Amino acid sequence: MIPIIILTAILTIVSFVFDKQKTKKAVKKGVMMFMKILPTLLSVIIVVSVVLYLVSDELLIEYLGNEAGLGAYVSAAVIGSISIIPGFIAYPLASILLKTGVSFSVLSVFITTLKMVGVLTIPIEAKFFGFKTAIIRNTLSFVGAILVGGTMALIYHYY
Amino acid sequence: MWELYKKYKYDFPIIIAFIVFVLLSYFYNYNPGISIFEDNFWGFIKEMILALPVMFILVGLFDVWVSRERVQKHIGESSGIRGMMLIMLLAFIQAGPIYAAFPVAYILWKKGTSARNIFIYLSSASIAKIPMLAFEIGFLGLKFSLLRIFISIPIFIIVATIMGKYFTKNNCEVKNG
Repeated sequence: MIPIIILTAILTIVSFVFDKQKTKKAVKKGVMMFMKILPTLLSVIIVVSVVLYLVSDELLIEYLGNEAGLGAYVSAAVIGSISIIPGFIAYPLASILLKTGVSFSVLSVFITTLKMVGVLTIPIEAKFFGFKTAIIRNTLSFVGAILVGGTMALIYHYY
Repeated sequence: MWELYKKYKYDFPIIIAFIVFVLLSYFYNYNPGISIFEDNFWGFIKEMILALPVMFILVGLFDVWVSRERVQKHIGESSGIRGMMLIMLLAFIQAGPIYAAFPVAYILWKKGTSARNIFIYLSSASIAKIPMLAFEIGFLGLKFSLLRIFISIPIFIIVATIMGKYFTKNNCEVKNG
């Protein structure tokens, strides 16, 4: 994140040196867009925070663990699609899951759905793309994520 | 005022209910409430409070400085494989959560990026941002990340192609948030 912040700061300064008016317009535009999306963003973050609390590490281990069998894959796909867990939480969590006996195959399905499908962010996506497009895109991404996760699961199972 | 309420009719009640819930949690020392606020909500706020305004300012700068002709030529309708590679590269070097990619998608669309490339952009940004990738490799190993990315790319190109066709056929637009 820090390189992007530095880059933005440099670009803004350079832009300001070349053309004050244009830069003011650019920054104003950016800030306005941010304000416009802020209420939806906050409410999505609130819902995600509550969901994240309800889906505890223990719960994940129980549902994704080896004893869960085929159900583990279904749980991984469902939990992965619904939650949006930022990477800095998701990867340490994934390595904990590995140590407690969750297989790489199940983790593949979990991580790919987590990344490609965002049921809870559909309200934000809909503001930009329309509700219908957001639903179709997430549905297709879900099918795609299952294909990726499934292929990886097969590779991990046999090799 | 009514317009504003209508636009965010689900958002305001959620926000107000959450504020009341957090205040009551602190007042009565209700631990789940405090944990939801301090561990989860605050973590997200920290993640987005810098990432998003920065992305939006970049979008604003892009809007005033980069011409439509230029964008169209490189990642527009007739940009082909080269356009696809360019848009993927743009997505991979991004940082921040997926919802930071939506405003970027809007400005790319406004400047004449093809619908298919818009959806390639969204998928790429969600599967493999380079800053996050280093993190992933550290925790899950190189094999896991490489497998995931190389299997994902052809699949999301297919998804993006379908989405692009749907988007163009129905005359959809990417809106300004």
